[in-house]
Amino acid sequence: MLIMNEKEVAESKAVEDKVILKVQNLKKHFDMTKGLIKKTTSKVRAVDGLNFQVYEGETLGIVGESGCGKSTTGQLILGLLDATEGHIYFRDQDIAGMSQQELRKARRDLQVIFQDPYSSLNPRMTVEEIIGEPLVVHGLAKGKSLRQEVVNLMKLVGLGEHQLKRYPHEFSGGQRQRIGIARALALKPKVIVCDEAVSALDVSIQAQILNLLKKLQRELGLTYIFIAHGLPAVRHISNRIGVMYLGRMVELAGRDEIFERPLHPYTHALLDSVPIPDPRFRKEHLLIEGEIPNPSNPPSGCHFHPRCPYATDLCKQKDPAYEEILPNHFVACHYPLLNKNTNVLPS
Amino acid sequence: MTSISEQTVVITNASYGKRMRKLGIRLLKSKTGLVGLLIVLAVSLMAILAPFIAMYDPAKTDVVHRLLPPFWVDGGSMDYPLGTDNLGRDVLSRIIYGSRISLLVGISSVILAGIIGMFFGLVAGFYGKVWDFIIMRTVDSFLAIPNILFMLIILAVLGPSLSTLILVLGGTSWVVYARMVRSETLSVKERDFVRSARAIGAKDYRIITKYILPNVISSFIVIATLNVASTIILEASLSFLGLGIQSPDVSWGLMLSDGRQYIATSWWVATFPGVAITITVLGVIFLGDWLRDILDPKIKD
Repeated sequence: MLIMNEKEVAESKAVEDKVILKVQNLKKHFDMTKGLIKKTTSKVRAVDGLNFQVYEGETLGIVGESGCGKSTTGQLILGLLDATEGHIYFRDQDIAGMSQQELRKARRDLQVIFQDPYSSLNPRMTVEEIIGEPLVVHGLAKGKSLRQEVVNLMKLVGLGEHQLKRYPHEFSGGQRQRIGIARALALKPKVIVCDEAVSALDVSIQAQILNLLKKLQRELGLTYIFIAHGLPAVRHISNRIGVMYLGRMVELAGRDEIFERPLHPYTHALLDSVPIPDPRFRKEHLLIEGEIPNPSNPPSGCHFHPRCPYATDLCKQKDPAYEEILPNHFVACHYPLLNKNTNVLPS
Repeated sequence: MTSISEQTVVITNASYGKRMRKLGIRLLKSKTGLVGLLIVLAVSLMAILAPFIAMYDPAKTDVVHRLLPPFWVDGGSMDYPLGTDNLGRDVLSRIIYGSRISLLVGISSVILAGIIGMFFGLVAGFYGKVWDFIIMRTVDSFLAIPNILFMLIILAVLGPSLSTLILVLGGTSWVVYARMVRSETLSVKERDFVRSARAIGAKDYRIITKYILPNVISSFIVIATLNVASTIILEASLSFLGLGIQSPDVSWGLMLSDGRQYIATSWWVATFPGVAITITVLGVIFLGDWLRDILDPKIKD
């Protein structure tokens, strides 16, 4: 079972040397307050002890249900939210401990593409202003060179110069997303967080944008953190995929590894939930029952145990460790599905 | 890369001129908007050109011709089309000159209140926390005091004059703008484009002026226009109560107040300034309604 072909080993060795982003024990708790004196009544543990690394030039996909903390993770990495605890190292600098001043500089290397292209562009700015603004803010270009730079960026993402003076509402969703991408690229960042970057688009447009992102990655050597709930899109673009559940990473492995050999029951169920169009290939589903639990009051032990078909008493009591069970395959589960035929449900 | 479906969507190349023309067409279609605009334009012209239109000096008394009725009533003449008041002053000339003060007070106190309210609303909404608490509790206490009473006290202490009147009107009505701007700011602040501004490293000042302000300004303009109307009425009320404009200056409210004693015998002295107030306020409200319609981003194009 622990077979890894040589190519895979070589690949993992090659990328391991160039860690660009390292997340250590990252936590973000939101205080829920009540009443006039703002008494803290409970804490929502949106992100609760995350550990992972991102290698230069790769695409790390992060998937999970709504409310699992994947978007919060993205915002923490971008410094848009202050971490409650833990570290985020970009190269050697800790983003989590930075002042506003330092963050402003660090942001040249870390950019974001948002989910909703309708709300992520300022409706009162022209395309030229939107794309050129990062350069203006950092004093990198002005006048003619600014215009030239904006035109170059627009061409890079497949927009034309004649669209410079238009406003966002004159564009379609896919084109708006291209504007958002051009804006994110303006500062020549190293890492781009794609926060559900294609989830709001039509499937045909999704493919275009994903291909554009891939092309840009090849040409500019970008590193992506691709946050999404749609598995097909993540599979299309990611090198490695991390699965989050209730603020924690439950499994992280190479793309094919995750899809072919999911070790965590949750990952397995998640993959199973992707509809297969051909009825001849339909199989028994491992259904997850119930809702995602309230993150202000997570279950004891393994957070997934109330919904897990394999859960035992141990799962209720003890939190499983997040370990590298197979090479480059991390899992947090007491009973990883190592030897199970994953298509058969437990009786 | 770009598909046909994406390209066909972008056929509208709305240049500035085109958009202005569209606005014009929409104004012509909206009857009330057009009426409002015409009324406001007429009153403004009247105020600006007062010395050329008015037949008499509004303060010139002529006791021989006191309380003459308007021209269509027995005893009236075209010499005094809307009659004269108790001191023989021409009512029409006084209404024409009165429009100057009524508009001046209405517009400048709204501008004053708007600037104060916009500033505090933005600060409260954007920075939140302690700032929000202090500003909003101040706003609450302003709202808890009866407006007119508050103004009367201040005017009584400072002594009535044109500038104190503007200050008092502006200084009490800013709370409306502060509340509105704050709540709009709160909602705009959470939109993704503000986050994207942070992500590119924009400073607070830039975010407020380039992202928040342009996106709250349209509701602000609408409220401000409608408030011009209510301020004109407030000015009239204060003048009517004797703490607003003082003779020999003339405003519509003051004329109402002067004419009150003669309402039984010489109805025209108080009626015409009242009609002037009503028409102007209606015009401004129509204009404000129309502005609200065209500035609402949901009804774009």
